[in-house]
Amino acid sequence: MSKIKKDNVDLGDYKYGFSMPERSVRKTKTGLDAGVVSEISGIKKEPEWMLDFRLRSYEIFKSKPMPNWGADLSGIDFDAITYYLKATDKQSRSWEDLPQEIKDTYDRIGVPEAEKKFLAGVSAQYESEVVYESVNRELDRLGVIFCDMDTALVKYPELVKEYFGTLIPPQDNKFAALNSSVWSGGSFVYVPKGVEVKLPLQAYFRINAEAFGQFERTLIIADEGSYVHYIEGCTAPIYTTNSLHSAVVEIFVKKNARVRYTTVQNWSKNIYNLVTKRARAEENATMEWIDCNIGSGVTMKYPAVYLAGRGARGEVLSIAYAGAGQHQDAGAKMIHLAPDTTSRIVSKSISKDGGRTSYRGLIHIGSGAKNASSSVVCDALLLDEHSRSDTYPTMNIREESATIEHEATVEKIGEEKLFYLMSRGITKGDAEGLLVNGFIDPVVKEIPLEYSIELNRLINHEMQGSVG
Amino acid sequence: MLSIHNLSASIENKKILDGISFNFVPGKVYAIMGPNGSGKSTLAGALMGNPQTKILRGSKILLNGKNVTNLSPEKRAKLGIFLSFQSPLALPGVSVKDLLRIALEKKMDPMTIHKTVKAYAAELHIKDELLQRSLNDGFSGGEKKKLEALQAAILTPTVAIFDELDTGVDVDALRTISTFLKKKLPKDSILIFITHSTRLLSSIKPHEVLIIRDGRLVKTGKGALAKKIEEHGFTAIK
Repeated sequence: MSKIKKDNVDLGDYKYGFSMPERSVRKTKTGLDAGVVSEISGIKKEPEWMLDFRLRSYEIFKSKPMPNWGADLSGIDFDAITYYLKATDKQSRSWEDLPQEIKDTYDRIGVPEAEKKFLAGVSAQYESEVVYESVNRELDRLGVIFCDMDTALVKYPELVKEYFGTLIPPQDNKFAALNSSVWSGGSFVYVPKGVEVKLPLQAYFRINAEAFGQFERTLIIADEGSYVHYIEGCTAPIYTTNSLHSAVVEIFVKKNARVRYTTVQNWSKNIYNLVTKRARAEENATMEWIDCNIGSGVTMKYPAVYLAGRGARGEVLSIAYAGAGQHQDAGAKMIHLAPDTTSRIVSKSISKDGGRTSYRGLIHIGSGAKNASSSVVCDALLLDEHSRSDTYPTMNIREESATIEHEATVEKIGEEKLFYLMSRGITKGDAEGLLVNGFIDPVVKEIPLEYSIELNRLINHEMQGSVG
Repeated sequence: MLSIHNLSASIENKKILDGISFNFVPGKVYAIMGPNGSGKSTLAGALMGNPQTKILRGSKILLNGKNVTNLSPEKRAKLGIFLSFQSPLALPGVSVKDLLRIALEKKMDPMTIHKTVKAYAAELHIKDELLQRSLNDGFSGGEKKKLEALQAAILTPTVAIFDELDTGVDVDALRTISTFLKKKLPKDSILIFITHSTRLLSSIKPHEVLIIRDGRLVKTGKGALAKKIEEHGFTAIK
């Protein structure tokens, strides 16, 4: 009997749903045990401490129960997944050098084109490993490090050891423990003091294999007074079996530094997307998460900011779209630990054709975090009666001087608004698209133009429900 | 020509319009008058295809011979019917330019739309800032109606229906709007102004006045009919 649950959602005409024949030069057996964990570490020729960390994490993973407070995760079968798959032997510094099918994949997604136009650096992960990496010379000269996590462990062991797993320890949650035991790939970014990286860095994550797990690990350190904008995009082919994407992202924002982390998540609907993201902001530092979840069958993701230094600022701007068979359980956590810290959460969710969105948020104001202020706006838009939206806000306020604003709205796209737009000669699908794009506009404005165009296109595409 | 034959319509199973027949001729200006609740706005909705207005069996709406009775609003709009709403709803995040860019896709390039909107806005004394903002969101009554007039002019309809253009609009703004519409709308288009007051009539000078009461067309006449209403009220109309 197959243990893998069939995915019976209608996948529509998801543009990135194509797959290439699976290729592997190295692949672990299906399922997970301590031997597989050791094998991954061995393939990577890791130092002893990392192997220990992985094995310890694996024990924690085994001991933790499946979280049952959020989305339905019963379709995940840990025994049916392949945890490590290396598709090519060497990492490339030019697109031309990549194996043909990998190169074709990225061409179709448009990554090389984006790199030429507006990126300071690109990293492309295919299955478990980063297969392409480039960073412009100017960044090298300024001392900016942008490489895959495995390379960082070899080249900058001290830096990695100092930060790795300190913000999101394996005990944090079951999927952080899983990632910690089998992690592979992901990005390492270090921006030296006072350096402002003007153009964004982008990482591109692609799952091609079936019944596969991608577990990248990203660590960003922005030293004092620096600035960097990191963007990630994700796609996968459509299969009838489920795959798992479970990443861990840790970000350290030092005094007066600013980091912006933008995600345009467009996984196919057979992907479980269970990601832990956390940042620590020191004195007067700013951390901004811009999180757009359009794809995946199930997403559980709550980017967090630990506001650890006086005057630190945290922001989460998010968009979630759930169509048929999708559940986006997303939100944000703001942990105020120092005086004069401020946070802002803007969450916009759209549910259509029976899709479900949940906003799950935490505002914590610790004692001593005097004059902290936080504002939360969460707006839900329902396109029909079968769709669903819920909010689960939690507030722990231990400081009387705190200022908290919380605003939540649920809106239905009214027939009257549609009639108004249609009376101008606009089709119903276009009218819905226009209203939905208007609804998410406050968040989209914060995204680089190239991505906001793509995002609007994606949303319109989902609205049409037919070949565009 | 816009012909309606035996038009009956209901909203939520309540019959509002009861067997209206009339021919609207190109190049003419019409005023549809009647007391509150007589069915004027329902008539506008029936002509535009409001999904809340159910057109009853035996009714027929023909535009230049084409049967549009069961067409969707956007198909009617494409055939040249335009409705200026009595109280247009706010559209958060959607500016008038966003709307027109989609409505005029393949008909007018975005640059021309931009320039035309700007020029028309200037003529209507619409503040530039309103063109960038969410349409009708926090707009005054006059501003809303000016934006409706602007859309009418740029969409160049063959049948333009204005539902209560004068409510919430001061005298100066109303004059600005009616002068603008006269200048911009094609000379051979059919203009239908729905109103329950006579205030609008002096500036639009209708060729013909239609009086609706209890969902029926009870009387038609020239401008003098409007004058009679002004002096004696709708009760005087037999």
